[in-house]
Amino acid sequence: MASTFETVADIIADTCDIERDKITPESHAINDLGIDSLDFLDIAFAIDKAFGIKMPLEQWTQEVNDGKVSTEEYFVLGNLCKHIDQLREAKPA
Amino acid sequence: MILEYFQMVDRIEALDLAAGTIKTICNVPSQSPVFVGHFPGFPRLPGALMIETMAQTGGWLVLAHLKFVRMPFLTRVESAKLRRFVEPGETLNGEAKLVHDGSGFAVIEAVISCGGQKVASAEIRYVVGPFPNETIRGAMLFKARDIGFPEDCLHGDPGNAE
Repeated sequence: MASTFETVADIIADTCDIERDKITPESHAINDLGIDSLDFLDIAFAIDKAFGIKMPLEQWTQEVNDGKVSTEEYFVLGNLCKHIDQLREAKPA
Repeated sequence: MILEYFQMVDRIEALDLAAGTIKTICNVPSQSPVFVGHFPGFPRLPGALMIETMAQTGGWLVLAHLKFVRMPFLTRVESAKLRRFVEPGETLNGEAKLVHDGSGFAVIEAVISCGGQKVASAEIRYVVGPFPNETIRGAMLFKARDIGFPEDCLHGDPGNAE
C-alpha cells in the first residue's frame, strides 16, 4: 500500500505536470514546486477523494494569515502528509 | 434565458439538498442578438453558453448548499462534451449533482438535455468565498425567489460548509 507521501506526490505530479523525482517530503508546494492556488485546489480535491477526508484549507489559510503558523506547516509536503494522516485517523470508522 | 444578461436558468424544478441534486428548466429564447452572430442564417446556442447553463445550474445548487452565506465562482470546466446543436425556442433540462464539498471549493457534475436527449455534460469546479458585496447577494436572493427557489434553502446555517 502506498504511503501518504507517495500518494500525495503522485497526485501533485499528475495534476501539475511536475517530474515525480523533483517532489520530496522537504519540498515546499509554493516556493519549490511553484504550485499556484488554483492548482492547489485541484490537488486538494484529489487528496480529499484519495483519502476520504476534507482538508480544512480555509482554516489552515486563516492560521497562516493570522501569523499563528508559518506556510511551512501546511505547504512543506512532509508536514502536509502529517496533517493528512491526522485527518485520516480522526475519520469516523 | 436572457442570453445577453447571462441569465440561463428560468426555473428551479427540483432541489434535494440531502441528495445534493438540482433540476432546472432553461428556455432558449426564440430571438436574441446572440443569434445574429452565432451564426448568420444558422442560429444556434453557443457552446460556451451551454457550459454556462451547466455552471449556473450547479451554481444554484452550491448556493443552496451554502444557504446563500457564500458564493461559488467558476474555476474549472472538466471533461465538457457538447453533443449536439441547440436551436432557438428549445427547452433545456438542467441537472447537477454535488460530488464534492471541499474546504473553499465545490465540485459538481452537470448535464443538460433536450427532449430526453443528452445535449451536454461536464464536471465543474468552483472556488467558494464571501459575496463580494451585499448588492450581489441581494440580487442573487431576488433572482432565486424569482426562479422558484424553496424559501427554506435561502437562509439558515450552512453547517460544516465552510
